[in-house]
Amino acid sequence: MEFRGRPYRVVSNIAITLQAIDKRFGEIQALRSASLIVRRGTVHAVLGENGAGKTTLMRIAFGMLPADAGSVFIDGKSATLKSSADAISRGLGMVHQHFTLVPAMTAAENIAFGGHGVLDLRKVAARVRHLAERTGLGVDPTARIATLDVGAQQRVEILKALYGNARILILDEPTAVLTPPESEELFAWIRRYVAEGGTVVLVTHKLQEALAIADDVTILRHGRCILTAPAAHLDISSLVHAVTGDETDGLSAIPRRRTPVRGACVARLDAVSAIDARGVTRIRDATIECYAGEIIGVAGVEGSGVHELLRLLAGRLAPGRGTATLPPLIGFVPEDRQRDAVIEEFMLTENFALRGAGVRRGRMPWSTMAAQTAGLMERHDVRAPSPASRARTLSGGNQQKFVVGRELDEHPALVVAENPVRGLDIRATAHVLRELAASADAGSAVVFYSADIDELLPLADRMVVVFAGSVREVPVERSAVANALVGAA
Amino acid sequence: MTARVDARWAITAVTVVVIVAAVLGLLIVGGYDAPRALAALWNGAFGSSYAVFSATMVRATPLLFVGLAVGLAFRAGVLNIGAEGQLLAGATAAAAVGLAVSGFPRLVALPLALGAGAIAGGAWAGIAGWLKLRFGVLEVISTLMLNFIAAYLVSWLVRGPMQEPTRVYPQTAELAPSVHLPALIDGHRVHFGLMLAVALAIAAWWVLTHTAVGFRVRAVGAGASAAQSAGGIVLSRTTALVFLASGALAGLGGASEVTGVTFALYEGISPGYGYSAIAVALLARLHPLAIIMSALLFGALEAGAAAMQRDANVPSVLASVVEALLVLGVLAFDHARGRRGR
Amino acid sequence: MSIDAGEFLQASVRTATPLAMAAYGELVTERSGVINLGLEGAMIAGAFGALVGAGVGGVGGGLAAAALAGCAAAAIMALVVLWLRADAVIAGTAVTLLALGLTGTLYRSLYGAQGAALSVPTITPVAVPGLAELPLIGRAFFEQPAITYLLYFLAVVLWWWMTRTHAGLALRAAGERPAAAFAAGISSVRVRAWALLFGGAMGGLAGGVLVLAQVGTFSEGMSAGRGFIAIAIVVLGRWSAVGVAGAALLFGAASQLQYVFQSLGWPVPYQLFLALPYVLTLLVLAGTQRRAAAPAALGTALAEDAR
Repeated sequence: MEFRGRPYRVVSNIAITLQAIDKRFGEIQALRSASLIVRRGTVHAVLGENGAGKTTLMRIAFGMLPADAGSVFIDGKSATLKSSADAISRGLGMVHQHFTLVPAMTAAENIAFGGHGVLDLRKVAARVRHLAERTGLGVDPTARIATLDVGAQQRVEILKALYGNARILILDEPTAVLTPPESEELFAWIRRYVAEGGTVVLVTHKLQEALAIADDVTILRHGRCILTAPAAHLDISSLVHAVTGDETDGLSAIPRRRTPVRGACVARLDAVSAIDARGVTRIRDATIECYAGEIIGVAGVEGSGVHELLRLLAGRLAPGRGTATLPPLIGFVPEDRQRDAVIEEFMLTENFALRGAGVRRGRMPWSTMAAQTAGLMERHDVRAPSPASRARTLSGGNQQKFVVGRELDEHPALVVAENPVRGLDIRATAHVLRELAASADAGSAVVFYSADIDELLPLADRMVVVFAGSVREVPVERSAVANALVGAA
Repeated sequence: MTARVDARWAITAVTVVVIVAAVLGLLIVGGYDAPRALAALWNGAFGSSYAVFSATMVRATPLLFVGLAVGLAFRAGVLNIGAEGQLLAGATAAAAVGLAVSGFPRLVALPLALGAGAIAGGAWAGIAGWLKLRFGVLEVISTLMLNFIAAYLVSWLVRGPMQEPTRVYPQTAELAPSVHLPALIDGHRVHFGLMLAVALAIAAWWVLTHTAVGFRVRAVGAGASAAQSAGGIVLSRTTALVFLASGALAGLGGASEVTGVTFALYEGISPGYGYSAIAVALLARLHPLAIIMSALLFGALEAGAAAMQRDANVPSVLASVVEALLVLGVLAFDHARGRRGR
Repeated sequence: MSIDAGEFLQASVRTATPLAMAAYGELVTERSGVINLGLEGAMIAGAFGALVGAGVGGVGGGLAAAALAGCAAAAIMALVVLWLRADAVIAGTAVTLLALGLTGTLYRSLYGAQGAALSVPTITPVAVPGLAELPLIGRAFFEQPAITYLLYFLAVVLWWWMTRTHAGLALRAAGERPAAAFAAGISSVRVRAWALLFGGAMGGLAGGVLVLAQVGTFSEGMSAGRGFIAIAIVVLGRWSAVGVAGAALLFGAASQLQYVFQSLGWPVPYQLFLALPYVLTLLVLAGTQRRAAAPAALGTALAEDAR
C-alpha cells in the first residue's frame, strides 16, 4: 500500500457520532441503522453511489431532517436537533450540494443569516473580510451572490459556516461544481482547517478525491454503512468494489442479450453543447451516434452533465451549439417519474393519453384509449384495478412499469431511459430491464442511464461516460467505467 | 384510510354546522325574528315562481358565466382573479356595439353585441396573459390591477363619451329592443343568457373531457412538468389560450347582463360577481357542470338574502358570510383529501 | 378659482395615510413571500373594530380594537395558508368576503337596521410647532392627525427593522428563498405567520384611521378596495419601504386631483387620474425585468422539506 498524503494521526476524542439512524421516505427506506463516527481534527469521507443515503444522513446530522430512529452525539453529548439552528449552535456547519444562498442578497447578508438582534452589515463585512483573509477564502462581502461564480459562491457558503464558529464542517459534494484548480484550492484549505483543529465530513462520489484527502472513510450502500476504515488501509479498487458492491441478485433474472445486430443510425448529436440558465456549459462538444438494435449504457455522476446529455437525446433540451438529428418518435423515461412522467391525479388512461398530447387534434378517442391502456397494462404487467385507476393509487414499481410500457409500446426508433429502476424492488427492476432489452431486440436504439454500474454493464453493448461535461466512449468493463466516472484515465 | 374518509365527513359536517351556527348566531345577536328571516330567505329564493324565475335565476346567470371563467382558468393553473374587470370590459363593449347596431334586426344585432363582449373580455384578460408570458408578471397582481382600471374606465365612459343624451344620469342610453336578450319565460325576468351560460357550461365540460385541447388544459393544470416532458405540450400556448377563453367567458357574462337585465351600462353593474365567482367555481371543485349547480345555489342565496333584507330587515351581506365559510370549508376538505395516503 | 398647492398636498397626505398604513403591513407580508388578498378584509374588520372600540375606550380603544380585528382576519389567513396549505389567492378572497359580510351584518345588528349615522370620537389634526410653518410642505405633512405622525415613525422603524436587524433579514430570506432560510435554522412558516399577523394588524389600523381620523363613522364596505390599492402600492413601490411611501403619496394625490379639477372647472376626467396609478403599477411590473424587485418566492407555497 502506497503512502498517501499525511501520516495517520491518532486523535482521541470524537467530534460527532451518528448512531443507528433509520429514515424512510414513503416507500423508500433511505437509511437502515446507519452509523458514523467522526474523530476530531480529521477529514472523514462519506462515499456511496447516488441514492445511497449520504445526503439524507448529513441532513439529519445537521438538524434539517428528523430521524425515524437513532441518535446524534456532538462532542460526546447527546444532541436533540430540532432545526439546523440547534446544530449551528453546537458548532456544526454545512455546505450543501445545492447552495442555500439568496441570489438577490450580498455575501455579507447571506453570511449573517440566523443571527439575532441588530444587524450591522458593515461590522459583518469587516468580520467576513478578516475571516476571508485569515482562511484564504477570498470573497467580497458586498458582492451580490447572483454576480459571483460558482467557486466564489462556495467560498461564501464555507465562510457562512465559519462565521457561525463551526468546528465541524459537513461538505456535501463540494467539488461537483468546481473546476480542477478550484478543487485543489478547496483541498488546500481543508487541510489547513483540519490542521488548526477543525473537523471535516466530506461527502463525495469521487473515490480518488476521498483517498487523497481523507483520514477515515465510511461507505454507504443502500442506506447501510458497510465499511469504515482509515483511508491509508484502502486503495481505489477496493473502494470501487465496496461502493458498487457485487450484488447481482436482482439482476440474475435478466438474460444476457443475444449479440446485437447493429442497424441504421437513428439519432446523432454532432458537436453539441448545452448551456444552462445560469450560462454554465453543462455539455461540451458531445458527438454520439445511436444505432438501431443496440443498447448504449450511459454513466456519469451528479453534476457531470449526464442529465443534460439524456435530455438532448430525448429531444427535451435544445442544443446551445451543434446539431441534433433525432427520430420523430422517441420514448423517454425520465428520472423523476412523479414530476415528469405521470400526473398522479389523472387516471391511467389519461396518463396514457399524455403521449402525443401536444400535437393531437379534435376529439379524444377515450374508449379506444381505455382499451389500449388495458392492453398495455396486460402486456407490461401493470397491476392496477382498471385503466380508470388514478396513477396516485399505484405502487412505484407499477407506475414505472406503466411509464416504460407507454414509452416503448409504439416501438419508437429511440428510447432514452434515465435511471429507470431507481427505488424499485427487485422484481420490478428485473421487469423494466427486460423491457429495455426486448425493445432493443425489436430494433430500437436504447440509451440507458443508471447510477449503478452493475445495472448497466450486463445490458450495454457500448458504454459512454460523462465527466465534467465531456462525453466519451469507454470499453464495457467495470474498471474502465469506474475510472472514467471519477475522471481517471 | 377509513379514518381519513371520516375526517372528510367530519369537515363537511363541521362546515355545515359552522355556517348554520353563524347565520343563527348573527340573527340572534342582531335581535332579529329568526324564523321570519329564514322564511324570507327561503321564499325569496324558491318560494314562488317569481322568486325562482325572476330573482334566483337572474342572479345565477352572471355568476355562472364568471364562475365558468374562473373555473376554467384555475383548472389550468392560471390564477385569474380578474373576472370582475373582464366582465366590465365585456359589458362596456356590448353596450357600445349594442347602441351602434340597434337599427339591425335582432338576429344580427344581438350576436354582434354578445360577440363584442366576449372579444373585449378576452382581450382584457389577454393583457394579463401577455404580461405573464412576456415579462413573468404574476397574474394575481395584474388581473387585480386590471379590475380597477376597468371600473374607472366604465365610470368615465358613462359620464363622458357614452353618457345618455340628456347628460343627467351616469349611464348609457337604453339599448333598443333589437339588442335585448329574449325572456326565457313570458312575464319573468330570467332571460336567454341563462340558456347560453348553461350551454357554455356543457360545452366547457365537453371540451375539457372530450377534446385534445381540453385535455391539454387539464394536463397543464394538474402537472405542468409532466405535460411538457411526457406530453410535449407547449405550456405558453395552452396558458395563453386559457387566458383568452376565460376572459371571453367573463366578458360574455357582462354582455349578458347589459343585454338581458340592465339594458344600459352604468357603474356598479356588477356587485362583485367577479369575486364571488371564485367561491362559485371552488365550491363546484372547478367542474363545469357542477358550476351550474353552485351558481344556482349562490344565486338563490343572494336572492333569498335580498328578500330577507326586504321582509325581515336582516342585512343581505349575510350571504357573503355563508359564501366565505363555504370556501373555507372546501379548503379544509381539500387539505384532508390531500393528506390521505401520505 | 385658484388652487392652494399646500391644501392639495395636505389632502393628499390625509388620503394617503390609511393606504400607506395598510401598504406597510402588506410590504412586510409580501417580503415574507405571501400575497395577502385578505388585506381588504383586515381593513374593513379594523374599521368596524374601531367603531366598536371607540364606543368603549375612546380613540385609543378604537385603534387597539382596529389592530386586533385586522389581526384576527389575518390569523384566519395564516391558518388556512400555512397550516391547511391552501392557495393564498383563494384564501385571501374568502377572508375578504367573510370580513365584508360579518362587519356588514354585525353593524346593522348592533347599531340599528337603518345603520343610523353614528359618530365616533375622532382624532383631530395637530400642527407640529415649527415644522408646520415650513412653506408648502409644512401644513401638508405636519398638520395631520397624530396617527399620521405615528405612521412616519413606523415607516422609519420598519425600514430600519427590515434592513438593519437579523429578524428583518430572516423575513427577507423567507420571501426570497425559504430553503436558504431553512438551512440557517429559520422556520419560514413561523416567519410568514408573524408577517401575516403584522400585516393584518396594520391593515386593521388603516381601517381604524379611516373611521377615527377621516370619516368619523362606519359604513358598510367603507374600505372600498383600499386594501387592494395597498397591494398595488407595494408593487408600485417595488417592495421597498421608501418606494411604498412615494407610491402611497401618488395614489393619495391621484384621488385628490379630481377635486382640484372639479374646482377649476376643467373637463378632465378624474377617473383618468384614479386609474393612472394602477396603469403605472402594471408598467412598473412589466418594465422590471422578470420580477427583479419582487421577492423571488412571492406567491409560492413552502416545500415539504423546507418549512
